[in-house]
Amino acid sequence: MDPIAGNDWLLTALVFAPLAGALIMALFPSEEEGLHKQLALLTSLVTLGLGVWLLLDFDYDNAGQIQYWLDKEWIEVIGAGYTIGVDGMSLPLIALSVLVMPLVFIYSWDHIPSPGNAKAFLMLMLILETGMLGTFVAQDLILFFVFFEVVLLPMFFMIAVWGGEDRRYASLKFFLYTLFGSALMLLGFLALFFLSADSLGEHTFNMVDLTNNAGLGITRSSQLLIFGGMFLGFGVKVPMFPFHTWLPDAHTQAPTQGSVILAAVLLKLGTYGFIRIAIPMLPEAAEAWAPYIGLLAVIGIIYGALGCLAQTDMKRLIAFSSVAHMGFVMLGIATLTDFGINAAIFGMVAHGLITGMLFFVAGSVKERYHTLEIGRLGGMLVQAPHLGWILGFTAMASLGLPGLAGFWGEFPAILSAYNPANGLAEETFRGYMVVAAIGTVLAAGYLLWLLQRTAMGEPPDEFKDDPEITDVNTFEWIAWSPLLFLIVLFGVAPGLIFEVTDPAVVESLNNCLQLPDGCEGVADAAKAASGG
Amino acid sequence: MLLNQFLLLAAVLFCIGVYGVLVRKNGMLVLMSIELILNAVNINLVAFGTLTDDVGGAVFALFTIAVAAAEVGIGLAIVLLMYRNRRSIDLSEADLLKG
Amino acid sequence: MFATLAADAVSKVTTVTNDANWFLENAWIIPLLPAISFVLILFFGKRMPYKGAEIGIAAVSASFVLAILSGVAWMDHRDNFELEKHDDEHAIALSDGAGSASDTAEYAVGTLAAEAGDGGTHAYVAVQQSTQWLQSGGIEFNAGIMVDGLSVMMLFVVTFISLLVHIYSTDYVSGDRRYTHFFAFLSLFTASMLFFVLSDNILQMIVGWELVGVCSFALIGHWWEEKPNSDAALKAFLTNRVGDVGLLVGMITLFFAAGGGTTFDTIKINEAIVQGGVSHTALVVAAACLTAAVMSKSGQFVLHTWLPDAMAGPTPVSALIHAATMVVAGIYMVARLYPVFWEGMQIEGSSINLLATVGAITVVGAGLLAFVQDDIKKVLAYSTVSQLGYMAMALGVGAWTAAVFHLFTHAFFKANLFLGSGSVAHAVHSFDMKRDMGGMRKFMPKTYITFVIGSLALAGVFPLAGFWSKDEILVNTGGWGVLGGSGAAPGSYTFHFVMGMIGAALTAAYMTRCVYLTFHGEYRGGHHEDHADDHADDHAHHGEPHESGPRILYPLYILSAFSILIGFVNFPPGFLTGSKKNPSGWQERFLHFIEPAGSSYFPAVGHATPSWSLAIVASLVAVVGAAFAYYYYFVRLDRLSKQLGESLVGMPNGVTTTNVFARAGHNLLVNKYYLDHLYTGVIAGFTKGPLARAVNWVNQNVIDGMVNKAGESAVQTGQLVYHKIDQTIVDGAVNLSGRVSDASGEELRAINSGKVQNYAAIMFAGAALLAGAFVILLAL
Repeated sequence: MDPIAGNDWLLTALVFAPLAGALIMALFPSEEEGLHKQLALLTSLVTLGLGVWLLLDFDYDNAGQIQYWLDKEWIEVIGAGYTIGVDGMSLPLIALSVLVMPLVFIYSWDHIPSPGNAKAFLMLMLILETGMLGTFVAQDLILFFVFFEVVLLPMFFMIAVWGGEDRRYASLKFFLYTLFGSALMLLGFLALFFLSADSLGEHTFNMVDLTNNAGLGITRSSQLLIFGGMFLGFGVKVPMFPFHTWLPDAHTQAPTQGSVILAAVLLKLGTYGFIRIAIPMLPEAAEAWAPYIGLLAVIGIIYGALGCLAQTDMKRLIAFSSVAHMGFVMLGIATLTDFGINAAIFGMVAHGLITGMLFFVAGSVKERYHTLEIGRLGGMLVQAPHLGWILGFTAMASLGLPGLAGFWGEFPAILSAYNPANGLAEETFRGYMVVAAIGTVLAAGYLLWLLQRTAMGEPPDEFKDDPEITDVNTFEWIAWSPLLFLIVLFGVAPGLIFEVTDPAVVESLNNCLQLPDGCEGVADAAKAASGG
Repeated sequence: MLLNQFLLLAAVLFCIGVYGVLVRKNGMLVLMSIELILNAVNINLVAFGTLTDDVGGAVFALFTIAVAAAEVGIGLAIVLLMYRNRRSIDLSEADLLKG
Repeated sequence: MFATLAADAVSKVTTVTNDANWFLENAWIIPLLPAISFVLILFFGKRMPYKGAEIGIAAVSASFVLAILSGVAWMDHRDNFELEKHDDEHAIALSDGAGSASDTAEYAVGTLAAEAGDGGTHAYVAVQQSTQWLQSGGIEFNAGIMVDGLSVMMLFVVTFISLLVHIYSTDYVSGDRRYTHFFAFLSLFTASMLFFVLSDNILQMIVGWELVGVCSFALIGHWWEEKPNSDAALKAFLTNRVGDVGLLVGMITLFFAAGGGTTFDTIKINEAIVQGGVSHTALVVAAACLTAAVMSKSGQFVLHTWLPDAMAGPTPVSALIHAATMVVAGIYMVARLYPVFWEGMQIEGSSINLLATVGAITVVGAGLLAFVQDDIKKVLAYSTVSQLGYMAMALGVGAWTAAVFHLFTHAFFKANLFLGSGSVAHAVHSFDMKRDMGGMRKFMPKTYITFVIGSLALAGVFPLAGFWSKDEILVNTGGWGVLGGSGAAPGSYTFHFVMGMIGAALTAAYMTRCVYLTFHGEYRGGHHEDHADDHADDHAHHGEPHESGPRILYPLYILSAFSILIGFVNFPPGFLTGSKKNPSGWQERFLHFIEPAGSSYFPAVGHATPSWSLAIVASLVAVVGAAFAYYYYFVRLDRLSKQLGESLVGMPNGVTTTNVFARAGHNLLVNKYYLDHLYTGVIAGFTKGPLARAVNWVNQNVIDGMVNKAGESAVQTGQLVYHKIDQTIVDGAVNLSGRVSDASGEELRAINSGKVQNYAAIMFAGAALLAGAFVILLAL
């Protein structure tokens, strides 16, 4: 691919606007909470504005190419550059990030979790936003790594300071687990750096160069090892079974805003890493690893769903459902087809919107009932009908109802598994397909069961006349309606995302086409398939 | 000329001086014993100088006498001050440097 | 393989056009109207004078009118449309799928099935309008409509029943807690169902299929305050999801095997299969998987258990969704993708296959269950299951038109029966026939008449609607021919024929029982005013039951009229030929307009020759079934009940209490073959309980345990390193040197006496030693 230069400050402004906002906030004393809320919201809205500008200015005809390319010296001594750019793969995720943050800030207007200190809380979220956006625009491995890690710290503090009962355990586990993965991932990056000289003539961290020279002529066994390191790094972040156990704890303990950001954006950093770095750069290893990734993905689908059925805490249940949903995303990725990876990106966005929404609801339930224990809740549709209906709607979206966004992440992923890339065993992946399809039954099971137990029936005695249990308030409506709208919009018009991601995915898989039995698109594969 | 008698005399003087330094408790006597040691050395210097027909020995002896004079001056001053402070010049009582 | 297939495909003409009558081209408006109505009711319904009902009725009325106009347009199109005239446009329609089609467009479909009447010279040309919905990975997903006889028929049935149900509901659910919400979901359901039947590709079918499922979920759980209702809703949705696994896998298999991995288009997939060359294995897999989907959606054994429970929903919903329309979605899907089953199950010339057998077992299995139900709606629900079994069986034995025709007639008489049962329940505030009904014909004579008409139609009594369609199914099994009767058919499904006959007897018998318990005997209700089962209306119930109002009765009249007359649209050939009343042009009109015979996307399905002997024998069987039931209930039980007083609840069950086998059979039926125990207790219970807990335990203790163990052991290793290595060895060395210095200093301080002479002594000793050493070294 040939990067296209363009407006060379837009991306940088987009990435660092939240950080600048955080710095400005640092100048004011922390007593002025209202001011801080306004500043934070304003900053995120400015970022959103820049994001919308990006969306409007983006050249959709060249969505397969990296645009707004900027390559500056950064740390000369190790050859790391400030290299950034955006293509169709990262654009939807950037859009998702800039959209979710203002909603979180609106929600924070009257939902600052204890022990308060809005200034620090909001500043951390702004720093987080810079980290997330940076990860999606980075085109240099070191820059990517730095942003990838920048995300960790604010999240750690958000859980550790504003979290629930067990916050110390959860935050440490989150931090250490992901850091452990990143360490191995960094090793993989370094290995690529040192081995890049063989085919590129010079050591480089430049992701475009590395992708264009996919494989780098590295021996198969080294590729497998490097991929393994990245697999651990990204896999922990996704999180894939069996590296998922930090997730339920982190989600359960994190404040609502933290859970929403975690579900909506942070989990996508891992899957994004797979499709941006691991697979395009090491196609041969990807092909060797794919059956195992697929296996872990479908285990995750079933396992996450069963785990959900056993949960007694609403938030923990939603957290577990992420394991299942990200299983579908990873299954799409594991097929190594453009179709499957498109589905995966769609799945990421859909999961971000839907699960983010579910966490918002869970947060509001917690605020009203002061508990998330499913056994104690009930009759929400009677006491807070809109809240109950929103929960029902989102649950329907989450279980993959056609016409809502969740379907387009799930169904194409299952579809793509019927016919994986050449070189992958069809029988294996068809088995995965059936298992994944069975996973949809379980998904319906745990979500509707949750809905039945929390929303339907009569309100339990302990909450019957509780005046605190009110319906959705204005701030919640403002924060939630964009998500609800987008869930419907992407469900009805999925092409909005597929058309942006498709060229970029094709482009990134193109690089491994020259392999003897490399990854190919479904369409090519289908022509050669025997049909039965 | 025989060297032996000079060397013997010097050795005897030296031994007496060492004995005095190590054993006597009176500061004055210790100083005088030191003089004995120095003079024993002087005898040796002069004797060897004569034997080898070299004035250097005598010159060194003169140096020693001059240094000894200075040393005694300081030594007496110390003893005097010690007496002033402690009303005694018993060296066995002066153990301020004890570790 | 697909490449050669594609080449084959262009060598034959597709009997599809995108250029037809306005009403056919723009049939997409029909589902759009109720969809808009859904949104409007959702946002503005509560503020409207009639709480949103008027929006729904207006939209569905408009759709109904359009559906009728499309039907008229289709009849004209069917008889007069000529493909050659529209070649240019047609070529455009083709070129996006199969490459260069226009130059090979010869008129190849000359093998039209022999047809009665004057329409035989024209090909059956479906109308398709398609537009790109999205594309991903080189695959285009289209959205479009496909209008042919089958979909036009469904448009009519859905909009017609939906309209009647809307009107009926304005009375039936008036004053309900969620009146507006009810109408919103009725609109959404109507839109989804119409969307489903108009789909021109299998992906769109999946979408519609799921959407009607979710409407069904919401409407079954309409009164979700009570747990049994929400349980029933969940059960319906989850059972359907189980079948959806089959649907997804089957459709995906079709997409790749027959669609070449490039198209979801129903017509192209069907054409590829009709022309051969699609892997038989793939078709077998697809047909089997789709059969699983049919089993759940259309309530076939063993996934039928949700349908009787779904009666927890309001009665109009039961009539519309769980009798007339949604539950036939599975049947419709098979009919739409018939080549898959035709080839995959090798229906022609065979005597057994999965679909037909599932259907046959359902016919009898559900028919038996209907006998032990006390709830009038459950009798009708099992009856629906049984009738759906007929349809599935018919499709399985190759009787496409018979199945679709039965679907058509069944929709009217079963909606009639359901709405009639609702009318009765509205009056007595209960669905329990034994406790709260009986003798209702005195109170509700009009409802009684419509209900009896519906029952007769269902039982297949000449000349009502059910007679014609059931007879057509039976003759098409070919079993009558095998057993020595007349009437040749494509297959020889003897077992299925026998099951169909038993089913006919059962149907007649259980409907007789139902009519007796509800309308005859003595009125047993009115003794418990506070009965909690009835949600239909919240207002208090006073005095004797009375006849329902006009908004309930008129739909019943209309449906009764249809139940009597609608069977006449498909007179078998040779029936009353030459009669003045019935010119030959009336024969097989349904078949002519509906069945896509000779089109490029439909297999060459044969038709059995009608058999007079079978018609008479089947009628006799039904009469005998009804006679037995009549004797048992109207004569014997009537006498008993008069002796024992008004209640039938404790009534002895005759043979079932005296004969051990009969009692075992009765228990089996009362427990619904123990399937619910298996599903709810064993499978769902195991998944929700032990399995989920086990997984959670594994997660918490094994996987998370490993993580925690890793963390703990890291801490322990750290402590080990700290205490044993760092503190002991590394720091120990430092400390040791210190301690050594300390100790030696302690020892040496003795020398440091502060006494000048001691120092001097040491000095001399040292000097002496050095001197000595010096001397010794010199000497050496």
